[in-house]
Amino acid sequence: MTPTLLLVQVLNGLQFGLILFLIAAGLTLVFGVMDFINLAHGVQYMVGAYLAAAFAAWTGSFWLALGLALPTALVVGLLLEILVFRHLYDRDHLDQVLATFGVILFLNQGVKFLWGAAPLNVPMPDLLSGSIPLPGGLLYPTYRIAIIAAGLGVAGLLYVLVHHTRIGMLVRAGASNAPMVSALGVDIRRLFMGVFGFGAMLAGFAGAMVAPILSVEPGMGDNILILAFVVIVIGGIGSIRGAFLAALLIGLVDTVGRTLAPTLLRLFLDPSVASQTGRAVAPMLIYILMAAVLFFRPSGLFPVRR
Amino acid sequence: MTEPLLRLENLRKAYGALKVTDDVSLEVRPGELHAVIGPNGAGKTTLIHQMSGLAGSDSGRILFDGADITRLPMHERVRRGLARSFQITSILPGFSALENVALAVQARSGSSFRFFGDAAAETALNDEAERALGLVGIAHRAHVPAGLLSHGEKRQLELAVALATAPKLLLLDEPLAGTGHEESERVVETLRGLKGRYTIVLIEHDMEAVFSLADRVSVLVYGRVIATGTPERVRANPEVRAAYLGEEAA
Amino acid sequence: MSGGADFAAAAAAGRPVPSRLGRLGVPALLFTLLALAPLLAMAGAEGYLLSLLSRVMIFAIAAIALDLILGYGGLVSFGHAAFLGIGAYAVGILSSHGIEDAFVQLAVALGASGLFALATGAISLRTKGVYFIMITLAFGQMLFFLATSLASYGGDDGLTLASKSLIFGRKLIEGDRAFYYAVFACLLVTYILGRSIVASRFGRVLRGSRDNPVRMEAIGFHPFRYQLAAYGISGMLTGLAGFLLANQAEFVSPAYMTWQRSGELIFMVILGGLGSLHGALLGAAAFLLLEEYLAGVTEHWKMIFGPLLIVVVLFARGGIMGILGGRGRRD
Repeated sequence: MTPTLLLVQVLNGLQFGLILFLIAAGLTLVFGVMDFINLAHGVQYMVGAYLAAAFAAWTGSFWLALGLALPTALVVGLLLEILVFRHLYDRDHLDQVLATFGVILFLNQGVKFLWGAAPLNVPMPDLLSGSIPLPGGLLYPTYRIAIIAAGLGVAGLLYVLVHHTRIGMLVRAGASNAPMVSALGVDIRRLFMGVFGFGAMLAGFAGAMVAPILSVEPGMGDNILILAFVVIVIGGIGSIRGAFLAALLIGLVDTVGRTLAPTLLRLFLDPSVASQTGRAVAPMLIYILMAAVLFFRPSGLFPVRR
Repeated sequence: MTEPLLRLENLRKAYGALKVTDDVSLEVRPGELHAVIGPNGAGKTTLIHQMSGLAGSDSGRILFDGADITRLPMHERVRRGLARSFQITSILPGFSALENVALAVQARSGSSFRFFGDAAAETALNDEAERALGLVGIAHRAHVPAGLLSHGEKRQLELAVALATAPKLLLLDEPLAGTGHEESERVVETLRGLKGRYTIVLIEHDMEAVFSLADRVSVLVYGRVIATGTPERVRANPEVRAAYLGEEAA
Repeated sequence: MSGGADFAAAAAAGRPVPSRLGRLGVPALLFTLLALAPLLAMAGAEGYLLSLLSRVMIFAIAAIALDLILGYGGLVSFGHAAFLGIGAYAVGILSSHGIEDAFVQLAVALGASGLFALATGAISLRTKGVYFIMITLAFGQMLFFLATSLASYGGDDGLTLASKSLIFGRKLIEGDRAFYYAVFACLLVTYILGRSIVASRFGRVLRGSRDNPVRMEAIGFHPFRYQLAAYGISGMLTGLAGFLLANQAEFVSPAYMTWQRSGELIFMVILGGLGSLHGALLGAAAFLLLEEYLAGVTEHWKMIFGPLLIVVVLFARGGIMGILGGRGRRD
């Protein structure tokens, strides 16, 4: 593999990792603050993508669609919180898992009901549809670079929000001691709702961002949800910093591993066996990585003290 | 002098910068009831956690029955005869009092990797469990779900469970905590009945009970043992009076 | 196995003791009905009914296996579909190499499920609570992706079996009714085994470890060992269900081990009532029959099913057994 090709893979991994981070951030915040495990977080990503697709078809503009999809994703998140999730905060994790699983079934089928089972396409905005030359002569799509930039931007914003604002302080305090925060006179229910809506919006944003480069289809959030779980488990549940680093790690290992594994195995095995084994092993890499991390650190890399 | 049953050598434990136990050395002789007292925050509970294996030690050694057990996990120490009770009652509320105790008997009699046969019908286990319940005086409550026992009865059940592990040494973490006057007298009577038959380390806040029960007393202040001796000598020790008894009197 | 254990457990848990009917009657009634169903079905649509009920019983085996660790061990495994997959692929892979003997396939299915359970359990059980849920989920996904990348065994598309497994070289379970009773026998054995384990010494340690692991350590048990063994047993029994599933469909695919399938298994257990074993059987039946019915009403049946699940979680704690016997779910 040439260095340029490797660079392309690394950029792809970075882009994938940052999308994962956008989803994992909401998941880990919601879990950290409310001790609430939300399987339906993945469908919020899907909803974001569908909203972007629907609004893009309606307005003809990606930017307008993105602008409309974000607040709508927020509203959907808040609606779910009011209808279902808030009744589950004081239940055990098993109940939370099951009820949010019910939400997944409903919404996956719901988008099929509304938009059909066929994948939707979202046209890429003209401004970002070009490509950028990489050293070595290859071209890399501008849009993917834009996703990387947006992801890094949101990560920075989150960092400032969580560590340098009053709301962030409350969120962090709420994560370790909810009764104390409500004793300070803060309406903990509104704080929960706010965190929840915000997390839903981040996932929706991720969905809207990838809509032009992936096919928008029912169930698209299911597998990425599991990856987001792997991310927050490796990072340490409740830790934004952990989620960020773990997301990049997973993104890189998964993307680079898929091309590198067969290549590396070719050093030991004959080419056809190597490529088959490589293709079988590559998708398992991140789970093996997770198992290894948890074997040595059962609470993840950056455990949050609670 | 006989070899001590339990010996702590320079035991330390810190949480961050906070030294909770600091260079604790202690000997417990076979057959004695050794009380460890100290004001709140002296490190009593941490010390019992270290002895029982619920908490690790940063440095120092724990010798029990001639062997170094510093690094052994709790369940291994129990199997060697080091049983403990908990300050905050820690029973299985869904199990009957009898089953709580029978489980402790089961732990040391034969393998528990048996998948057939009704454990609740094993008379060998149940008989011994009933004996332990009788020893602490709650045999008549054997079939009541442990969660429904009164607070005092739960404390006695804790004792029965610890006894059922057939311990060489009993570590009792504030067995009187939270009991009313009448209940506390009943527990003290039970302890008096056990004294001499078991080697006991009693961690306690209730001074009066300790001085009437203990053969020897060690005083823990800020994680350090400042005095060890008979109740009379400890009571007379000016340092102890300053650090602890003075506070009680005030 | 005496009824006394159940009684003691229920009494000890401070729950209202279910009537004698609830303890012995419900499982006896269920198994009698299942045993007689083929006779009742002779009137018409026998093939359809038998295949539907066989499916119910296969999933009941998996649900009982899950209840063993979920209800009695307090271990929320969200990756149990992986064991269905292992059992099914043992059949698929072996038969694609011409090994069609049921006993060989079953031995491999159980062995592989057990090994996978021990390996992943040893890591998962080091963690607690929500970490455990997520790790088991992730291990399940790992196997799912492995299956999709097995190009020589059909990859995404799965593979079709030449025939059902052979017993002593003969097609003994080929017919609908023969297969039905083979599944029935497996279910009965699973149930009796489960009952026995729950009441045994081992089961008591498992229940104690669920309620208070520190207490268990303080009386000399190492909960990890017992939980791991229970996880292994549960995995193997679920592997048995996978073996049967492959035989029923005469087809094997990664779809058997999606994480949604794991979620459905948990739902079956909860729907029937956690920690009663025959509740899992009822739950599996209710789930699959409802699915069958709703799917006949509308293709968008999941839009009804999803909210129904939420309603059960929010309002019907204790599941069907809770409604039948007035038993509350353990907290």
